[in-house]
Parts: sequence; structure tokens; C-alpha cells
Amino acid sequence: MSGHIIGNRFTYFLVFIALMVGTAVTVAVTYIHLGWLNLPLALAIATTKAVLVIMFFMHLKDHPKLIKVTFAAAFFFFAILVAHTLSDYLSREGHGMQTYPASGLVANP
Amino acid sequence: MSEVHAALADHGHEHHPRLQHHFDSLEQQLYASTFGMWVFLVTEVLFFGGLFMAYIVYRIWYPDMFVHASSHLSVPLGTFNTAVLIGSSLTMAYAVNAAQRGARPREQVIWLFGTMVLGAIFLGVKVIEYMDKITHHLVPGPNFHFEDPAYQATAQIYYSLYFALTGLHASHMIVGMVILAILAYKAAKGQFTAEWYTPVEIMGLYWHFVDLVWIFLFPLLYLIGGAH
Repeated sequence: MSGHIIGNRFTYFLVFIALMVGTAVTVAVTYIHLGWLNLPLALAIATTKAVLVIMFFMHLKDHPKLIKVTFAAAFFFFAILVAHTLSDYLSREGHGMQTYPASGLVANP
Repeated sequence: MSEVHAALADHGHEHHPRLQHHFDSLEQQLYASTFGMWVFLVTEVLFFGGLFMAYIVYRIWYPDMFVHASSHLSVPLGTFNTAVLIGSSLTMAYAVNAAQRGARPREQVIWLFGTMVLGAIFLGVKVIEYMDKITHHLVPGPNFHFEDPAYQATAQIYYSLYFALTGLHASHMIVGMVILAILAYKAAKGQFTAEWYTPVEIMGLYWHFVDLVWIFLFPLLYLIGGAH
């Protein structure tokens, strides 16, 4: 049973500080050119911030398994959407992803 | 006839006025409501997910265009709005906490109202940004004009995604602000107590989810390619 989950106000404040720091870091990192690493780094920071919001502000960590599995299913569905869509779009003639030595991954013109 | 009414009115036990008859306890009722909200949020993930999918396809197809097109977005304004929205998540968490503790109506209203103010600031900045796009002819359509003719056609894809994603997000915030206003009114009347605060709890989940979407939109739309 879920029951009443009452969070700690100081914990909320710490999470808020962590999210602000994460925002500052993700902006700062943009101004450092790391090539292809910039995108995965930005996504890693965003995912970390998202996990903080979901676990502490939304209290998913304190919820019963039924709710945890339900919400996890959303990202499972999204992964199916991405995998099946890309298997089509990336294999289309004239628009597939090709690797050029100089510029990395670019689209066909 | 009157016997039936009497039987319905008095079914053998005392209970909280907010407890609906098909639930055993307030705890079970809260669990059912919370579960329902999480199921709704699953549909929301896929609602935004479709647009994120379009973003992924076009970013893979036109990586250079994304760098050029996104350079017209203001990183300071985007960063400011991100901070405002994270702040509104904190005030929302405090609003839920106040209702859960059965705090005085005044305290509950302050946190709900604070969340609304921060939401309004976010939307105000969004209006400034949209106005800037309109004056610079960056709205997709016949009047679209991009400085670099090489990206005249494809930059419209970026701005279509920009307006669709931020527009859907902003419309969620407008809906959230209306619900917050209703909750603040009910909180002022002292309707939320430590025994029953379900609407505030559910609204908290919704508001944090809207924050969650922005956490991904900000780097994906504003922070592409870094400084030029």
C-alpha cells in the first residue's frame, strides 16, 4: 500500500541546489568543445537531473513496485518507438547516416 | 423507498467525508489516485515522446543545420527559465508538504501561489522569446527567412520542432497554472488536511513532470554546438 509519503523539506532544498548546480554545469560544458562528446554529456547531466526530480520530488523511490514498474514502462515504450523508427529512417536511400572521415556523422545531401 | 435512502445514508460505519464509498480507506483511495496519475504520466511521456522522436530523426539527418538554427536562441534566457522552473518545482514540493502536514491554509496558499508566480515568470520569458522569433522571421512558413541561404529550407524543420515542443510544454504549464489557482482557492477555504490532500499531491506529480520535460528540452534546443 502506498500510504502517505511525506518528504523532508531540507532534502527538497538539497535536491533543488543539486538541480541548479546541474543546470550551471550543463551550460558551462556547452562552451567547451568536446566534439561528439558534448551531446552524450548534456544528455547524461539532463538524465541525472531527471532522476533527482523523479526520485525525490515525485518520490518514486518511496512508491510501491507497481508504480515503479508502470513508470519504467513509459521509457520502455519510448525505446521501442525510437528503435523501430530509426531502423526505418536510417536505412532509407539518400538519407541514411554515412560516416565521412573529416566530419564524422553527417547526412547525405 | 425511504428505507432504501436510510440504508444508503447509514451503512453501519463512520468515515471521513472525503472517503468515497468504493474505497476501503483513505490510504487506498490515495494509492488509487496516485497510481492513476502515474499511468497518465506514462501517456504524457509518449505524447512528448513522438515529438522527441521527430527531433532525433532530424538531428541525425541535419546535424550542422541544428547548430546554426539553434544559435538564434538566447542561452541566458533559457538558463534563466530553467532556474525559474526548478524553483517552481521546489515551491510545489513545499506546497504538497504543507498540505500533508495539514499546515494553516495561509501557508498552503503561499506555496501554491509562489509556484504560480514562478510559472507566470517562465511563460512571460517564453512570450519574449516567441516575440523575438516573430520579429526575426524565424516562424516556419512563407515569411521564414534564415540569414544563411544554405539552411533556408531545413532551418524551418528546427523551428517547427522548437515551436511544437516548447508550445506543447507551455500549454501544459498554462493548464497547470489554472489547476494551481483552483487548488489555492480550495486551500484558502481549508479543504486540505493531513487526512485528505489528494488533489495537491496529484498536482505535484503533474508539475514536476512538466519540469522534467523542460530539463530535456533545454539542452536539446538551446545548448547545441556551444559558443560561436
